[in-house]
Amino acid sequence: MSIYSDFRLARDEIYKCMKCGNCQEVCPLYLATRKEVTVARGKIGLLEMFVTGEAEMTAGMAERMSYCTTCMACNEKCPCGVRFDQILLAARAEGARRHGLHPIKKTAFTMLRLQRFFNFGMKTGGKLQGAIFRRVEGRDYGARMRVDLGLLGQKKVFPRLAEKPFRENRPTVYVQKPKLRAAFFTGCMINYFYADMGEAVLGVLKHNNVEVLIPEAQGCCGTPAAVNGDVASAIELARRNLRAFEDCGAEAIVVACSSCGSAWKHSFARLLEDDEVYGPLAAKWAARTYDINEFLVRVIDYDRENLGRIERKVTYHDPCHLRRGQNIFQEPRDILRSIPGVELIELKRPDRCCGMAGSFCIVHPDLADKVLAQKMADVAQTPVQTVATGCPACRLQLWSGLINTGLPQDAVHVVQLLNESYEKAAAH
Amino acid sequence: MLNKELVKALTELLGKENVLTEPEDLMNYAFDATAAMPKQTPELLVTPRSTEQVAGVIKLARQYGTPIYPRGSGTNLCGATIPLERGIVLMTLEMNKILEVDPENLTAWVEPGVIIQSLNDAAAEYGLMYPPDPGTVTTATMGGSVSMCSGGLRGLKYGVTKHYIMGMEVVLSNGEVIKWGGKTVKNVTGYDLTALFTGGEGTLGILTKLLVKLNPVPEARKSLLAVFDDLDKAGNTISAVIRGKIIPATMEIMDNTTIRTVKKFTGADLPEDAEAVILIEVDGYRETVEREAAMVEEICSRSGAVSVTAAKTDEERDKLWLARRNALPALAQVKPTTVLEDATVPRSQITSMLRAIRAIAHKYDLPIGTFGHAGDGNLHPTILTDVRNKEEMERVHKAVDEIFEAAVKLGGTLSGEHGVGLGKARYLPLEFGPAGVEVLRWVKEAFDPHYLFNPGKIVLRG
Ligand SMILES: Cc1cc2nc3c(=O)[nH]c(=O)nc-3n(C[C@H](O)[C@H](O)[C@H](O)COP(=O)(O)OP(=O)(O)OC[C@H]3O[C@@H](n4cnc5c(N)ncnc54)[C@H](O)[C@@H]3O)c2cc1C
Ligand code: SF4
Ligand code: SF4
Repeated sequence: MSIYSDFRLARDEIYKCMKCGNCQEVCPLYLATRKEVTVARGKIGLLEMFVTGEAEMTAGMAERMSYCTTCMACNEKCPCGVRFDQILLAARAEGARRHGLHPIKKTAFTMLRLQRFFNFGMKTGGKLQGAIFRRVEGRDYGARMRVDLGLLGQKKVFPRLAEKPFRENRPTVYVQKPKLRAAFFTGCMINYFYADMGEAVLGVLKHNNVEVLIPEAQGCCGTPAAVNGDVASAIELARRNLRAFEDCGAEAIVVACSSCGSAWKHSFARLLEDDEVYGPLAAKWAARTYDINEFLVRVIDYDRENLGRIERKVTYHDPCHLRRGQNIFQEPRDILRSIPGVELIELKRPDRCCGMAGSFCIVHPDLADKVLAQKMADVAQTPVQTVATGCPACRLQLWSGLINTGLPQDAVHVVQLLNESYEKAAAH
Repeated sequence: MLNKELVKALTELLGKENVLTEPEDLMNYAFDATAAMPKQTPELLVTPRSTEQVAGVIKLARQYGTPIYPRGSGTNLCGATIPLERGIVLMTLEMNKILEVDPENLTAWVEPGVIIQSLNDAAAEYGLMYPPDPGTVTTATMGGSVSMCSGGLRGLKYGVTKHYIMGMEVVLSNGEVIKWGGKTVKNVTGYDLTALFTGGEGTLGILTKLLVKLNPVPEARKSLLAVFDDLDKAGNTISAVIRGKIIPATMEIMDNTTIRTVKKFTGADLPEDAEAVILIEVDGYRETVEREAAMVEEICSRSGAVSVTAAKTDEERDKLWLARRNALPALAQVKPTTVLEDATVPRSQITSMLRAIRAIAHKYDLPIGTFGHAGDGNLHPTILTDVRNKEEMERVHKAVDEIFEAAVKLGGTLSGEHGVGLGKARYLPLEFGPAGVEVLRWVKEAFDPHYLFNPGKIVLRG
């Protein structure tokens, strides 16, 4: 039994909440709307009434559970130690069991399960994107939707889909006398949108003498399904990924996406709690999965000698699922500070959610924009040329916000800067 | 059932986005931060954006005989915002502008939905501050904290909310708008209605603008932590500091139950068997602070403290404050339900009150951790329990009754800062007698004859 399969397991967590309202101070959605339904306290209040039988889990209540970016800011603030993320996952799964998934999400998650079909779709998209997207003036790499599909709105700027997914025909990166054999779990964002990040990961690992395998059978990490209550799809994806990596012969898994990292480290084991075969595998790999920042700083003690100079003022946005989900916030800053010429200037609130939150920004585009606007206001006050972050999803959101706000900064992953610095040193 | 015409009229007045009607949105307002209270879902929630809109809402509510429950952030601890008779919750959070900071007169005009900390941030630009600092400064609204007359950690030296409210704009139950008070320090023109509305708990009228007094931010501060193996010694220390003509900004106390719990949850460096710790902070000009801190340290040692630690840096200060800051969070994690009271006694009776609470905890076999503002006699006996346990909750209610009785017997009061609301309305005769309670009713009915505002709180219908 896990919270995913049995809502009753979340009951004690619900009763821990003393309704103090402290979570209001940090909840990005509450700060944008000032309505209780968006903050942890309000949703816990609803669920408590469901638990006591004072209210039904109506379709309306299930819908209210979508008002959350799962940023975990409330967890961190809560004086009672309430783990709201756990309550929410349980509630969304219960809602989906009772009322089904939103039809668009259902189709989307089914697509994710059918990896080959999904891959084909994304590749076709890569070729046809001119028809759907309109290029953003003055920027050579962004595009807005030409037509409002009733889903995403026409405002959000998307990076161009890679014409060829990053993983396609990707051979193992061999090195002389490797320090370690790592397997790279790319996740969908890097595979289909941000091949440049994937290249940077391979670049820094190779530079540091790490052999990198890229198992072909890997798929989506399943986070979009798991956080929306589609437990069956999430479990299937977890199993597929565990199979793909169990057989590949690597000693560690490296990820460069905060959601994928959280999935490998936390969600797989929880989803597969009752699974005698895959449960132990999930636990084994959870202990061997590293975010790329963590891997470089804590596992292989990356090369800080042969770094080229990059004269740049940089700020760092903390992805929620890296900082609060995996307690990783020092490492990316260490890496940035180690690059000669890079000056790290902190944002007012670097750990405030950017509003992306996967499908959240699809279901509540207006709210996501409000949250993003706050981040952009922070960036506008910070004299930097580049916004670095640790997750492709945050990168997309930040970058879309920068373009729509008319800010000149660029958004990149920390490893891209590190890779650039290594390349510069090598060119000398 | 709510009248459809009323909903329509309100929607016309405020716009659709300022009227919530769906049950799943309204159930969130059936409770506030108060533990073990009845829940009640309102019929409607409105978020007016101006005084005129507030007045409009009141006129409509009056016309349809629907009660109005004013609400800020819903963090009060006496059930003050629970819409007992359903009706309309009037939430002020969209009236959230800081209208003016006046550094010449040391005042600010704010709307009721401004969060206390936002006012402090705005005042800080002028080197000023708004001293009242309830534990909820970063969440509570000005309208809510003025209506509760909130206290906080700095009460001993700086007083409480009522000492900082100079004037206000109020919408009355007949829909008329009045302005009272002003920027002058001295003002004896007419009855002091500003004082009456401060602490009015939303039962007399709706506050739509507030004029507050600001203070200069003190130049320096210094914290000290003293540990005691004996309650009397701790009590004597508190008196000795005051007799020594020192008025610290803060003088906080924690009892043994709290110390042990905090130690367990935070690993704070405190002796398990300490009977009490006292945290003292002095502030003011640098020279004064140094001198007063040295005097306090000396008094603590002389009064028999086992140890006294003075913070030299901000980091050390944070370390000393760690235990106090975590008192409530740590206690709250022990059991699912945390019943937080605020019985208050004259400063000289702190030790007697702590003893009385301990005896009550023993009698009803309940874990009660007590911490609080020793400097102003305001204690927070915190009962750790579980609402799902009926039998235990009965003992909790009995214990609460006896805590109130003990406080009143020692010359104190039922509530120092959390207010009466729903939770303490029935205990009022204990403090005022029937004639006193009747006077409250006169006042209520003079302002709100039809019990339109927050019915069921403080004054019950006669
Ligand atoms: C963890 C915690 C710590 C706390 N610490 C302290 C403390 O140290 N000291 C202290 O004194 N309190 C403390 N409190 C209590 C609480 O925070 C305060 O009473 C707070 O000021 C209430 O503000 P609010 O905006 O949440 O008001 P609400 O709870 O929303 O409302 C409080 C009352 O004001 C009325 N009201 C609100 N706005 C208006 C308006 N515009 N016009 C008329 N009536 C109005 C409401 O009807 C209600 O009766 C604490 C509470 C918690 C949960
Ligand atoms: S901070 Fe924690 S205890 Fe307080 S209301 Fe939010 S979830 Fe509940
Ligand atoms: S996880 Fe983030 S968005 Fe969700 S309730 Fe908590 S603070 Fe708000």
